Amino acid sequence: MIKESLHKRESSLSKSQKQLEYLANGIFKSGDLPTFKAKVNKSGQHPLRAKKLEILQLNLGYMCNQVCEHCHVDAGPDRKEIMTKETMSQCLEVIKRSGVHTLDLTGGAPEMNPNFRWFVEEASTLGVKDFIVRSNLTIIRANKKYYDLPQFYKKYNIHVVSSMPHWTKDKTDKQRGDGVFEKSIQALQDLNAVGYGMPGSHLELDLVYNPSGAFLPADQTSLENEYKKSLLHEFGIQFHKLFAITNLPISRFLDYLIMSDNYEDYMYSLVEAFNPGTLSGVMCTNTLSVSWDGWLYDCDFNQMLELKVKSKVKHIRDYNSKELADREIVVSQHCYGCTAGAGSSCQGTMQ
Amino acid sequence: MSKTYYNPDDLRKFGKITEWSEELGEKFFDYYGKVFEEGALTAREKSLIALAVSHVVKCPYCIDAYTKDGLQKAITKEEMMEAVHVGAAIESGATLVHGVQMMNKYEKLSM
Repeated sequence: MIKESLHKRESSLSKSQKQLEYLANGIFKSGDLPTFKAKVNKSGQHPLRAKKLEILQLNLGYMCNQVCEHCHVDAGPDRKEIMTKETMSQCLEVIKRSGVHTLDLTGGAPEMNPNFRWFVEEASTLGVKDFIVRSNLTIIRANKKYYDLPQFYKKYNIHVVSSMPHWTKDKTDKQRGDGVFEKSIQALQDLNAVGYGMPGSHLELDLVYNPSGAFLPADQTSLENEYKKSLLHEFGIQFHKLFAITNLPISRFLDYLIMSDNYEDYMYSLVEAFNPGTLSGVMCTNTLSVSWDGWLYDCDFNQMLELKVKSKVKHIRDYNSKELADREIVVSQHCYGCTAGAGSSCQGTMQ
Repeated sequence: MSKTYYNPDDLRKFGKITEWSEELGEKFFDYYGKVFEEGALTAREKSLIALAVSHVVKCPYCIDAYTKDGLQKAITKEEMMEAVHVGAAIESGATLVHGVQMMNKYEKLSM
Protein backbone atom coordinates (compact mmCIF):
# COMPACT_ATOMS: atom_id res chain seq x y z
CA MET A 1 0.00 0.00 0.00
CA ILE A 2 1.45 3.34 -0.99
CA LYS A 3 1.74 6.03 1.68
CA GLU A 4 3.00 9.05 -0.25
CA SER A 5 2.25 10.81 -3.51
CA LEU A 6 4.55 10.45 -6.54
CA HIS A 7 5.33 14.12 -5.95
CA LYS A 8 6.56 13.47 -2.40
CA ARG A 9 8.52 10.41 -3.52
CA GLU A 10 10.14 12.57 -6.21
CA SER A 11 9.18 9.98 -8.82
CA SER A 12 9.98 11.01 -12.40
CA LEU A 13 6.33 10.25 -13.26
CA SER A 14 5.20 13.05 -10.94
CA LYS A 15 6.21 15.32 -13.84
CA SER A 16 3.49 15.63 -16.48
CA GLN A 17 6.11 15.92 -19.22
CA LYS A 18 7.47 12.46 -18.35
CA GLN A 19 3.97 10.99 -18.47
CA LEU A 20 3.29 12.55 -21.85
CA GLU A 21 6.59 11.24 -23.18
CA TYR A 22 5.74 7.75 -21.98
CA LEU A 23 2.33 7.92 -23.67
CA ALA A 24 3.85 9.19 -26.93
CA ASN A 25 6.63 6.61 -27.17
CA GLY A 26 6.81 2.81 -27.09
CA ILE A 27 3.92 1.01 -28.76
CA PHE A 28 2.54 4.28 -30.15
CA LYS A 29 5.82 5.49 -31.62
CA SER A 30 6.55 2.07 -33.14
CA GLY A 31 3.16 2.10 -34.83
CA ASP A 32 1.94 -1.08 -33.10
CA LEU A 33 -1.01 0.99 -31.90
CA PRO A 34 -2.46 4.12 -33.55
CA THR A 35 -2.26 7.42 -31.67
CA PHE A 36 -5.56 8.81 -30.40
CA LYS A 37 -5.38 11.64 -32.90
CA ALA A 38 -4.92 9.16 -35.78
CA LYS A 39 -7.84 7.09 -34.55
CA VAL A 40 -10.15 10.11 -34.29
CA ASN A 41 -8.96 11.29 -37.69
CA LYS A 42 -9.81 7.92 -39.22
CA SER A 43 -13.34 8.21 -37.85
CA GLY A 44 -13.63 11.63 -39.54
CA GLN A 45 -14.10 13.53 -36.29
CA HIS A 46 -10.74 15.24 -35.87
CA PRO A 47 -10.30 17.74 -34.38
CA LEU A 48 -12.70 17.45 -31.47
CA ARG A 49 -14.14 20.87 -30.71
CA ALA A 50 -15.73 22.44 -27.66
CA LYS A 51 -19.51 22.81 -27.69
CA LYS A 52 -21.69 24.93 -25.41
CA LEU A 53 -20.21 25.14 -21.91
CA GLU A 54 -22.46 23.25 -19.51
CA ILE A 55 -20.22 21.96 -16.73
CA LEU A 56 -17.67 23.88 -14.71
CA GLN A 57 -15.42 21.53 -12.77
CA LEU A 58 -13.27 23.12 -10.08
CA ASN A 59 -10.34 21.40 -8.45
CA LEU A 60 -10.22 22.93 -4.98
CA GLY A 61 -6.81 21.42 -4.21
CA TYR A 62 -4.71 18.31 -4.26
CA MET A 63 -4.79 17.81 -0.48
CA CYS A 64 -6.55 14.61 0.53
CA ASN A 65 -6.80 12.42 3.62
CA GLN A 66 -6.29 9.31 1.44
CA VAL A 67 -3.52 8.08 -0.85
CA CYS A 68 -5.35 5.89 -3.38
CA GLU A 69 -3.27 3.65 -5.64
CA HIS A 70 -5.02 4.72 -8.83
CA CYS A 71 -5.36 8.47 -8.13
CA HIS A 72 -4.94 10.49 -11.33
CA VAL A 73 -4.49 13.66 -9.28
CA ASP A 74 -1.59 12.22 -7.24
CA ALA A 75 -3.45 13.62 -4.25
CA GLY A 76 -2.62 12.99 -0.61
CA PRO A 77 -1.96 14.53 2.79
CA ASP A 78 1.45 15.66 1.57
CA ARG A 79 0.03 17.84 -1.24
CA LYS A 80 -0.29 21.51 -0.27
CA GLU A 81 -1.78 22.96 -3.47
CA ILE A 82 -5.07 24.62 -2.45
CA MET A 83 -7.38 27.00 -4.33
CA THR A 84 -7.35 30.46 -2.75
CA LYS A 85 -10.42 32.56 -1.91
CA GLU A 86 -9.37 34.98 -4.64
CA THR A 87 -9.46 32.25 -7.32
CA MET A 88 -12.76 30.99 -5.90
CA SER A 89 -14.19 34.50 -6.27
CA GLN A 90 -13.08 34.56 -9.90
CA CYS A 91 -14.88 31.23 -10.40
CA LEU A 92 -18.06 32.63 -8.82
CA GLU A 93 -18.00 35.49 -11.33
CA VAL A 94 -17.73 33.01 -14.21
CA ILE A 95 -20.60 30.88 -12.85
CA LYS A 96 -22.78 34.03 -12.82
CA ARG A 97 -21.82 35.03 -16.36
CA SER A 98 -21.57 31.69 -18.13
CA GLY A 99 -24.92 30.14 -17.23
CA VAL A 100 -23.43 26.68 -16.63
CA HIS A 101 -26.04 24.18 -15.43
CA THR A 102 -23.61 21.96 -13.51
CA LEU A 103 -20.99 22.92 -10.97
CA ASP A 104 -18.67 20.08 -10.02
CA LEU A 105 -16.28 20.40 -7.06
CA THR A 106 -13.42 17.96 -6.87
CA GLY A 107 -9.94 17.58 -5.42
CA GLY A 108 -8.14 15.94 -3.51
CA ALA A 109 -10.79 16.11 -0.86
CA PRO A 110 -12.56 19.40 -1.71
CA GLU A 111 -13.87 19.61 1.85
CA MET A 112 -10.28 20.11 3.10
CA ASN A 113 -10.05 23.49 1.41
CA PRO A 114 -10.46 25.98 4.31
CA ASN A 115 -12.85 28.08 2.21
CA PHE A 116 -14.95 25.14 1.01
CA ARG A 117 -18.03 25.97 3.07
CA TRP A 118 -17.89 29.67 2.22
CA PHE A 119 -17.66 28.82 -1.46
CA VAL A 120 -20.60 26.38 -1.33
CA GLU A 121 -22.76 28.99 0.43
CA GLU A 122 -21.91 31.62 -2.17
CA ALA A 123 -22.24 29.33 -5.21
CA SER A 124 -25.55 27.87 -4.03
CA THR A 125 -27.23 31.25 -4.60
CA LEU A 126 -26.29 31.40 -8.28
CA GLY A 127 -29.02 29.15 -9.67
CA VAL A 128 -26.90 26.19 -10.80
CA LYS A 129 -29.21 23.22 -11.46
CA ASP A 130 -26.82 20.45 -10.42
CA PHE A 131 -24.28 21.26 -7.71
CA ILE A 132 -21.94 18.29 -7.29
CA VAL A 133 -19.36 17.64 -4.59
CA ARG A 134 -17.07 14.67 -5.22
CA SER A 135 -16.55 13.36 -1.72
CA ASN A 136 -14.23 10.48 -0.87
CA LEU A 137 -16.65 9.58 2.00
CA THR A 138 -13.94 8.92 4.61
CA ILE A 139 -13.48 12.67 5.07
CA ILE A 140 -16.90 12.68 6.77
CA ARG A 141 -15.49 10.37 9.46
CA ALA A 142 -11.91 11.68 9.45
CA ASN A 143 -12.28 14.36 12.09
CA LYS A 144 -15.01 15.83 14.31
CA LYS A 145 -15.02 19.05 12.30
CA TYR A 146 -16.33 17.11 9.31
CA TYR A 147 -19.00 15.04 11.10
CA ASP A 148 -21.75 17.52 10.17
CA LEU A 149 -20.99 17.40 6.42
CA PRO A 150 -24.13 15.35 5.61
CA GLN A 151 -26.30 18.10 7.18
CA PHE A 152 -24.24 20.78 5.42
CA TYR A 153 -24.69 19.06 2.06
CA LYS A 154 -28.40 18.73 2.74
CA LYS A 155 -28.77 22.43 3.63
CA TYR A 156 -27.39 23.43 0.21
CA ASN A 157 -29.01 20.58 -1.73
CA ILE A 158 -25.60 19.29 -2.81
CA HIS A 159 -25.48 16.31 -5.14
CA VAL A 160 -22.98 13.97 -3.47
CA VAL A 161 -20.89 11.75 -5.74
CA SER A 162 -18.65 9.34 -3.87
CA SER A 163 -15.99 6.83 -4.78
CA MET A 164 -16.62 3.25 -3.74
CA PRO A 165 -14.48 0.84 -5.78
CA HIS A 166 -16.22 -2.32 -4.55
CA TRP A 167 -18.79 -3.59 -2.10
CA THR A 168 -16.20 -5.77 -0.33
CA LYS A 169 -13.63 -4.65 2.24
CA ASP A 170 -10.52 -6.26 0.74
CA LYS A 171 -10.98 -4.78 -2.73
CA THR A 172 -11.78 -1.31 -1.39
CA ASP A 173 -8.98 -1.17 1.17
CA LYS A 174 -6.43 -2.49 -1.31
CA GLN A 175 -7.10 0.40 -3.66
CA ARG A 176 -7.85 3.18 -1.20
CA GLY A 177 -6.03 2.26 2.03
CA ASP A 178 -6.57 0.28 5.23
CA GLY A 179 -9.78 1.13 7.05
CA VAL A 180 -11.27 3.05 4.13
CA PHE A 181 -14.07 0.54 3.59
CA GLU A 182 -15.33 0.69 7.17
CA LYS A 183 -15.26 4.50 7.28
CA SER A 184 -16.95 4.70 3.87
CA ILE A 185 -19.76 2.44 5.07
CA GLN A 186 -20.24 4.59 8.18
CA ALA A 187 -20.26 7.74 6.03
CA LEU A 188 -22.84 6.27 3.65
CA GLN A 189 -25.02 5.36 6.64
CA ASP A 190 -24.65 8.95 7.91
CA LEU A 191 -25.72 10.27 4.50
CA ASN A 192 -28.69 7.86 4.37
CA ALA A 193 -29.69 8.99 7.86
CA VAL A 194 -30.27 12.58 6.68
CA GLY A 195 -32.12 11.37 3.57
CA TYR A 196 -29.37 11.08 0.98
CA GLY A 197 -29.74 8.23 -1.52
CA MET A 198 -33.14 7.12 -0.26
CA PRO A 199 -35.77 6.08 -2.81
CA GLY A 200 -37.69 9.14 -3.98
CA SER A 201 -35.40 11.55 -2.11
CA HIS A 202 -34.30 14.71 -3.92
CA LEU A 203 -31.00 14.47 -2.02
CA GLU A 204 -28.92 12.74 -4.66
CA LEU A 205 -26.25 10.25 -3.65
CA ASP A 206 -24.39 8.51 -6.46
CA LEU A 207 -21.42 6.18 -6.21
CA VAL A 208 -18.43 5.88 -8.49
CA TYR A 209 -16.94 2.53 -9.41
CA ASN A 210 -13.53 2.39 -10.98
CA PRO A 211 -11.69 -0.88 -11.54
CA SER A 212 -9.16 -1.86 -8.90
CA GLY A 213 -6.56 -3.04 -11.39
CA ALA A 214 -5.50 -3.21 -15.03
CA PHE A 215 -8.90 -3.92 -16.55
CA LEU A 216 -11.86 -1.99 -17.90
CA PRO A 217 -15.20 -1.58 -16.12
CA ALA A 218 -18.11 -3.82 -17.03
CA ASP A 219 -21.61 -2.75 -17.93
CA GLN A 220 -22.69 0.04 -15.58
CA THR A 221 -26.26 -1.24 -15.08
CA SER A 222 -25.14 -4.76 -14.10
CA LEU A 223 -22.60 -3.32 -11.66
CA GLU A 224 -25.21 -0.99 -10.19
CA ASN A 225 -27.51 -3.94 -9.56
CA GLU A 226 -24.73 -5.86 -7.79
CA TYR A 227 -23.80 -2.85 -5.67
CA LYS A 228 -27.39 -2.15 -4.70
CA LYS A 229 -28.08 -5.76 -3.76
CA SER A 230 -24.91 -6.17 -1.70
CA LEU A 231 -24.85 -2.79 0.09
CA LEU A 232 -28.52 -3.05 1.04
CA HIS A 233 -28.26 -6.67 2.16
CA GLU A 234 -25.00 -6.31 4.11
CA PHE A 235 -25.25 -2.79 5.51
CA GLY A 236 -28.76 -1.45 4.84
CA ILE A 237 -27.26 1.24 2.57
CA GLN A 238 -29.15 2.85 -0.31
CA PHE A 239 -27.96 5.11 -3.10
CA HIS A 240 -29.30 6.36 -6.43
CA LYS A 241 -26.97 5.71 -9.37
CA LEU A 242 -23.61 4.06 -9.95
CA PHE A 243 -21.12 5.66 -12.34
CA ALA A 244 -18.62 3.21 -13.84
CA ILE A 245 -15.48 5.14 -14.73
CA THR A 246 -12.46 3.85 -16.65
CA ASN A 247 -9.03 4.49 -15.12
CA LEU A 248 -6.98 6.69 -17.43
CA PRO A 249 -3.30 5.83 -17.87
CA ILE A 250 -1.83 8.87 -16.16
CA SER A 251 -0.17 9.70 -12.84
CA ARG A 252 -0.35 7.00 -10.15
CA PHE A 253 -2.38 4.63 -12.31
CA LEU A 254 0.21 4.93 -15.08
CA ASP A 255 2.92 4.26 -12.49
CA TYR A 256 1.00 1.16 -11.35
CA LEU A 257 0.59 -0.08 -14.94
CA ILE A 258 4.30 0.28 -15.63
CA MET A 259 5.47 -1.22 -12.34
CA SER A 260 3.13 -4.22 -12.66
CA ASP A 261 4.08 -4.79 -16.32
CA ASN A 262 0.48 -4.22 -17.41
CA TYR A 263 0.94 -1.01 -19.42
CA GLU A 264 1.00 -2.48 -22.94
CA ASP A 265 -1.86 -4.92 -22.35
CA TYR A 266 -3.95 -2.15 -20.83
CA MET A 267 -3.32 0.19 -23.77
CA TYR A 268 -4.22 -2.61 -26.19
CA SER A 269 -7.47 -3.14 -24.26
CA LEU A 270 -8.30 0.58 -24.45
CA VAL A 271 -7.51 0.87 -28.16
CA GLU A 272 -9.40 -2.33 -29.03
CA ALA A 273 -12.42 -1.01 -27.13
CA PHE A 274 -12.31 2.38 -28.94
CA ASN A 275 -15.87 3.35 -29.81
CA PRO A 276 -16.16 6.29 -32.26
CA GLY A 277 -19.78 6.70 -31.18
CA THR A 278 -18.59 8.11 -27.85
CA LEU A 279 -16.72 11.03 -29.42
CA SER A 280 -19.83 13.19 -29.72
CA GLY A 281 -20.45 12.90 -25.98
CA VAL A 282 -17.01 13.07 -24.37
CA MET A 283 -17.05 15.41 -21.39
CA CYS A 284 -14.18 17.60 -22.60
CA THR A 285 -16.50 19.07 -25.21
CA ASN A 286 -18.96 20.64 -22.74
CA THR A 287 -16.75 21.04 -19.66
CA LEU A 288 -14.19 23.49 -18.47
CA SER A 289 -11.83 22.26 -15.78
CA VAL A 290 -10.24 24.83 -13.47
CA SER A 291 -7.11 23.97 -11.51
CA TRP A 292 -6.42 25.02 -7.92
CA ASP A 293 -4.39 27.95 -9.27
CA GLY A 294 -7.01 29.04 -11.81
CA TRP A 295 -5.67 27.63 -15.10
CA LEU A 296 -8.17 26.28 -17.62
CA TYR A 297 -8.22 22.79 -19.13
CA ASP A 298 -10.57 20.75 -21.31
CA CYS A 299 -10.90 18.14 -18.57
CA ASP A 300 -9.55 17.06 -15.20
CA PHE A 301 -7.12 14.60 -16.84
CA ASN A 302 -5.65 17.26 -19.12
CA GLN A 303 -5.28 19.38 -16.01
CA MET A 304 -3.09 16.73 -14.38
CA LEU A 305 -1.01 16.49 -17.57
CA GLU A 306 -0.77 20.31 -17.64
CA LEU A 307 -2.28 20.42 -21.14
CA LYS A 308 -3.92 23.85 -21.01
CA VAL A 309 -6.82 24.84 -23.29
CA LYS A 310 -5.95 25.77 -26.86
CA SER A 311 -7.19 29.34 -26.60
CA LYS A 312 -5.90 32.86 -26.03
CA VAL A 313 -7.72 32.70 -22.70
CA LYS A 314 -6.00 30.28 -20.38
CA HIS A 315 -6.91 31.51 -16.88
CA ILE A 316 -10.24 31.85 -15.07
CA ARG A 317 -9.59 35.56 -14.32
CA ASP A 318 -9.59 36.21 -18.09
CA TYR A 319 -12.65 34.04 -18.87
CA ASN A 320 -14.22 34.93 -22.18
CA SER A 321 -16.89 32.66 -23.62
CA LYS A 322 -16.27 33.78 -27.21
CA GLU A 323 -12.56 33.07 -27.04
CA LEU A 324 -13.16 29.62 -25.55
CA ALA A 325 -16.03 28.64 -27.84
CA ASP A 326 -15.34 26.07 -30.54
CA ARG A 327 -11.74 25.66 -29.35
CA GLU A 328 -9.86 22.56 -30.43
CA ILE A 329 -9.72 19.97 -27.65
CA VAL A 330 -6.21 18.94 -26.65
CA VAL A 331 -5.78 15.17 -26.90
CA SER A 332 -3.18 12.47 -26.27
CA GLN A 333 -3.19 8.70 -25.79
CA HIS A 334 -4.81 8.96 -22.32
CA CYS A 335 -8.01 10.03 -24.11
CA TYR A 336 -8.56 6.40 -25.14
CA GLY A 337 -9.78 5.93 -21.55
CA CYS A 338 -12.88 8.05 -22.22
CA THR A 339 -13.77 6.41 -25.55
CA ALA A 340 -13.50 2.73 -24.60
CA GLY A 341 -16.64 0.61 -24.80
CA ALA A 342 -19.68 2.56 -23.68
CA GLY A 343 -17.44 5.58 -23.02
CA SER A 344 -16.43 7.06 -19.70
CA SER A 345 -17.00 10.44 -18.13
CA CYS A 346 -17.23 11.91 -14.65
CA GLN A 347 -20.96 11.09 -14.94
CA GLY A 348 -20.25 7.44 -15.75
CA THR A 349 -20.77 5.69 -19.06
CA MET A 350 -22.28 7.62 -21.95
CA GLN A 351 -24.34 5.04 -23.80
CA MET B 1 15.10 -16.93 -24.34
CA SER B 2 13.17 -20.15 -23.83
CA LYS B 3 10.57 -21.16 -26.40
CA THR B 4 7.11 -22.29 -25.40
CA TYR B 5 4.09 -23.48 -27.34
CA TYR B 6 1.94 -20.81 -25.71
CA ASN B 7 2.59 -17.09 -26.15
CA PRO B 8 0.33 -14.73 -24.10
CA ASP B 9 0.47 -12.16 -26.93
CA ASP B 10 -1.28 -14.65 -29.23
CA LEU B 11 -4.54 -14.10 -27.36
CA ARG B 12 -4.74 -10.61 -28.90
CA LYS B 13 -4.36 -12.20 -32.33
CA PHE B 14 -7.28 -14.61 -31.90
CA GLY B 15 -9.34 -12.65 -34.42
CA LYS B 16 -6.74 -13.34 -37.08
CA ILE B 17 -8.02 -16.91 -37.54
CA THR B 18 -10.67 -15.31 -39.74
CA GLU B 19 -7.99 -14.28 -42.24
CA TRP B 20 -7.46 -17.87 -43.39
CA SER B 21 -11.11 -18.85 -43.37
CA GLU B 22 -13.30 -15.80 -43.43
CA GLU B 23 -16.74 -17.37 -43.50
CA LEU B 24 -16.14 -19.93 -40.78
CA GLY B 25 -14.17 -17.46 -38.65
CA GLU B 26 -16.89 -14.85 -38.82
CA LYS B 27 -19.61 -17.40 -38.10
CA PHE B 28 -17.65 -18.57 -35.07
CA PHE B 29 -17.14 -15.06 -33.65
CA ASP B 30 -20.77 -14.10 -34.29
CA TYR B 31 -21.85 -17.22 -32.44
CA TYR B 32 -19.34 -16.62 -29.66
CA GLY B 33 -20.53 -13.05 -29.16
CA LYS B 34 -24.16 -14.13 -29.12
CA VAL B 35 -23.52 -16.88 -26.56
CA PHE B 36 -22.09 -14.40 -24.07
CA GLU B 37 -24.89 -11.84 -24.33
CA GLU B 38 -27.33 -11.49 -21.45
CA GLY B 39 -30.04 -14.10 -21.85
CA ALA B 40 -31.77 -16.53 -19.53
CA LEU B 41 -28.39 -16.47 -17.78
CA THR B 42 -26.72 -13.19 -16.87
CA ALA B 43 -23.40 -12.25 -18.52
CA ARG B 44 -21.90 -12.57 -15.04
CA GLU B 45 -23.10 -16.17 -14.65
CA LYS B 46 -21.82 -17.00 -18.12
CA SER B 47 -18.42 -15.55 -17.28
CA LEU B 48 -18.12 -17.83 -14.24
CA ILE B 49 -19.16 -20.88 -16.30
CA ALA B 50 -16.55 -19.92 -18.91
CA LEU B 51 -13.90 -19.60 -16.22
CA ALA B 52 -14.68 -23.07 -14.83
CA VAL B 53 -14.65 -24.63 -18.30
CA SER B 54 -11.39 -22.82 -19.14
CA HIS B 55 -9.74 -24.71 -16.29
CA VAL B 56 -11.27 -28.03 -17.21
CA VAL B 57 -10.09 -27.75 -20.83
CA LYS B 58 -6.79 -26.34 -19.49
CA CYS B 59 -6.69 -23.41 -21.91
CA PRO B 60 -4.24 -20.76 -20.64
CA TYR B 61 -5.61 -18.17 -23.07
CA CYS B 62 -9.14 -18.77 -21.80
CA ILE B 63 -8.02 -18.61 -18.15
CA ASP B 64 -6.34 -15.23 -18.77
CA ALA B 65 -9.35 -13.96 -20.70
CA TYR B 66 -12.02 -15.03 -18.22
CA THR B 67 -10.08 -13.99 -15.12
CA LYS B 68 -9.87 -10.52 -16.65
CA ASP B 69 -13.52 -10.70 -17.71
CA GLY B 70 -14.47 -11.69 -14.15
CA LEU B 71 -12.54 -8.74 -12.71
CA GLN B 72 -14.30 -6.44 -15.17
CA LYS B 73 -17.63 -7.77 -14.01
CA ALA B 74 -16.60 -7.21 -10.36
CA ILE B 75 -16.73 -10.95 -9.68
CA THR B 76 -14.89 -11.65 -6.42
CA LYS B 77 -11.89 -13.96 -6.10
CA GLU B 78 -13.95 -16.21 -3.81
CA GLU B 79 -16.60 -16.61 -6.51
CA MET B 80 -13.93 -17.31 -9.12
CA MET B 81 -12.22 -19.98 -7.01
CA GLU B 82 -15.56 -21.65 -6.23
CA ALA B 83 -16.25 -21.81 -9.96
CA VAL B 84 -12.86 -23.48 -10.52
CA HIS B 85 -13.73 -26.02 -7.83
CA VAL B 86 -17.02 -26.76 -9.58
CA GLY B 87 -15.04 -27.53 -12.74
CA ALA B 88 -12.52 -29.59 -10.77
CA ALA B 89 -15.29 -31.53 -8.99
CA ILE B 90 -16.95 -32.43 -12.29
CA GLU B 91 -13.63 -33.39 -13.81
CA SER B 92 -12.55 -35.56 -10.87
CA GLY B 93 -16.09 -36.95 -10.61
CA ALA B 94 -15.88 -37.90 -14.27
CA THR B 95 -12.72 -39.86 -13.49
CA LEU B 96 -14.10 -41.47 -10.37
CA VAL B 97 -17.44 -42.49 -11.86
CA HIS B 98 -15.42 -44.70 -14.20
CA GLY B 99 -14.48 -46.56 -11.03
CA VAL B 100 -17.90 -48.17 -11.29
CA GLN B 101 -16.93 -49.56 -14.68
CA MET B 102 -13.72 -50.87 -13.13
CA MET B 103 -15.71 -52.45 -10.30
CA ASN B 104 -18.17 -54.03 -12.76
CA LYS B 105 -15.37 -55.49 -14.83
CA TYR B 106 -13.56 -56.69 -11.72
CA GLU B 107 -16.66 -58.46 -10.46
CA LYS B 108 -17.43 -59.98 -13.85
CA LEU B 109 -13.95 -61.45 -14.20
CA SER B 110 -13.64 -62.65 -10.66
CA MET B 111 -15.00 -65.89 -9.23
